[in-house]
Amino acid sequence: MNLKRALTLTLLCSVSSAFAASQPIIGLITKTETNPFFVKMKEGAQKEAKARGAKLLTAAGKADGDNAGQVTALENMVAAGAKTILITPSDAKAILPAIEKARKQGVMVIALDSPTDPQDGVDALFATDNYKAGQLIGQYAKAAFGNKAVKIATLDLFPGHPVGIARHDGFLDGFGITDKADKRIVCMQDSYGDQAKGQTAMENCLQKDPEINLVYTINEPAAAGAYQALKAIGREKDVMIVSIDGGCTGVKNVQAGIIAATAQQYPLKMASLGVQAGVNYAKTGKKVSGYTDTGVTLITDKKMKGVTSKDTKFGLANCWGTK
Amino acid sequence: MKRIKSMNLLGPIVALLLACIFFSTQSDRFLSGQNFSLILQQVMVVGVMAIGQTLVILTAGIDLSCGMVMALGTIVMTKFAVELGVPPVLAIMCGMFVSTAFGMLNGFLVTRIKLPPFIVTLGTYNIAFAITQIYSNSQTVTGLPAALTFFGNTFNIGGTVITYGTVLMVVMYVLIWIFLTETAPGRQIYAVGNNPEAARLTGIPTNRVLLMVYTFAGFLYSIAGLLLVSRTGVGDPNAGQTDNLDTITAVVLGGTSLFGGRGLIFGTLLGALIVGVFRNGLTLTGVPSVYQILITGVLVILAVAADQLTRKKG
Repeated sequence: MNLKRALTLTLLCSVSSAFAASQPIIGLITKTETNPFFVKMKEGAQKEAKARGAKLLTAAGKADGDNAGQVTALENMVAAGAKTILITPSDAKAILPAIEKARKQGVMVIALDSPTDPQDGVDALFATDNYKAGQLIGQYAKAAFGNKAVKIATLDLFPGHPVGIARHDGFLDGFGITDKADKRIVCMQDSYGDQAKGQTAMENCLQKDPEINLVYTINEPAAAGAYQALKAIGREKDVMIVSIDGGCTGVKNVQAGIIAATAQQYPLKMASLGVQAGVNYAKTGKKVSGYTDTGVTLITDKKMKGVTSKDTKFGLANCWGTK
Repeated sequence: MKRIKSMNLLGPIVALLLACIFFSTQSDRFLSGQNFSLILQQVMVVGVMAIGQTLVILTAGIDLSCGMVMALGTIVMTKFAVELGVPPVLAIMCGMFVSTAFGMLNGFLVTRIKLPPFIVTLGTYNIAFAITQIYSNSQTVTGLPAALTFFGNTFNIGGTVITYGTVLMVVMYVLIWIFLTETAPGRQIYAVGNNPEAARLTGIPTNRVLLMVYTFAGFLYSIAGLLLVSRTGVGDPNAGQTDNLDTITAVVLGGTSLFGGRGLIFGTLLGALIVGVFRNGLTLTGVPSVYQILITGVLVILAVAADQLTRKKG
């Protein structure tokens, strides 16, 4: 598609949408089209928009970190007459100028899932408290280990990602580790949240120190990869894996004993709250503001004293993904 | 001719040996049968895919679609088996058929419509990716029957656990080496890559050779897909997104020329192993994984520079 055609199409879209102005138009821009988390977020938004008689436009960047793609989507949605835009920012800082431009034109912009930097670059933020999610599984692991000797491997996201950092730091805080160079952390590797890469990282960590007995993972695919690596050397029974996400596949893995505990987050809630706010703004002209914590729940079938959790039955009833 | 060919392997062999010596001084866990078995498992998927990439690059082409064609094959295999209840072996064959068909499409567009391989495979990269996402709704397929992960099974030699998949990879390299060096169609691949016009004048059916290479590459990607499934135990629609660059890296590090007609299949295996050894070794020594990427980049430049210098001499 060349630029001219794209422009004409955008113009046509905006002209035709001007005729159908009775319906509030809400835009949703996710990081990617392919991450199951965002796929479910989109489905939640579609459902809510349909129920409330709003029109939902969706777009995404090509890959995680594709800021230019998100800027393009934002511009096109403003052109198409969207009065509210929900966005999961790929780049917390670089997206701000485009957001500012849209807000100057009277568009309400709400960040979902992860914040912009600074946070008040948008009207409001609906997201999981990732630090708290990390804390929960850290506290859980601490309660399980008590004073037993521990050797920790962390399978992180990738360098410099705010969500990855918040979860990692939260986990250490929950476990009671204050010093980043603590000897108990024997291996830190990037998994990119990907199962195959997580498996490779875990295999190498186990080569480095075969006595690792606690694994923190950034998300459930990385946890599944870690489990594969442990199973290959017959240690899957005596190593604890904790994770974050609460996708249906992940919760099933908690049920099967593959993951000890996971901190569940609620992307569908982020999306539906966002759409509701958009519809209200179109009807009353009132914007939302500030941070709304969409909640995080520790899911496990092996309860620990002093750590609040729900079982996998609750987890499965509230999970996102393919049930 | 023979002497020059073995000289080409010298670079990657030296690089691999130096890396191994360095890491064995840095970590006492590096030098063990188990660790090498592990590195083989970690390079297995890209390694098998890189065989196909090598064949394509030998013809002076390039295949950007390989990782996506592989992912599509794995999604067909896993979804057919899990959700449609197709018998596992048949489901695997369906996946292989789809990947092979994509390879054939690449070959058809390159030979019949005369489009440059770079553009053709850039197009099919996107097409295969989109079909994979649409068909799977971007959801990972789990709960696979055991037959799909057959190549993940292991056997034990002197305390070292080896997976069937890594054995398959090594066997495939040996077979392709025999094919390239001992058979007429294999030697025709080199001829077409060296000088397509001269090859045509000596009566080699260049178009048929190219079509065969791209189709066979698609088939090889499906085998890589089966190995990926056996390694991870799931069907992952987001697999393979950077594998085109990873396979090209392995091919280049192995001393195969991007200009076609020059290169050795075992070089590619060495190239894949170099990347795997650095990833594994740096983890064992506690170095952040981003440095592995840095080193890979430097090595790629060195390998291409070496190729240029030897070309000028030759």
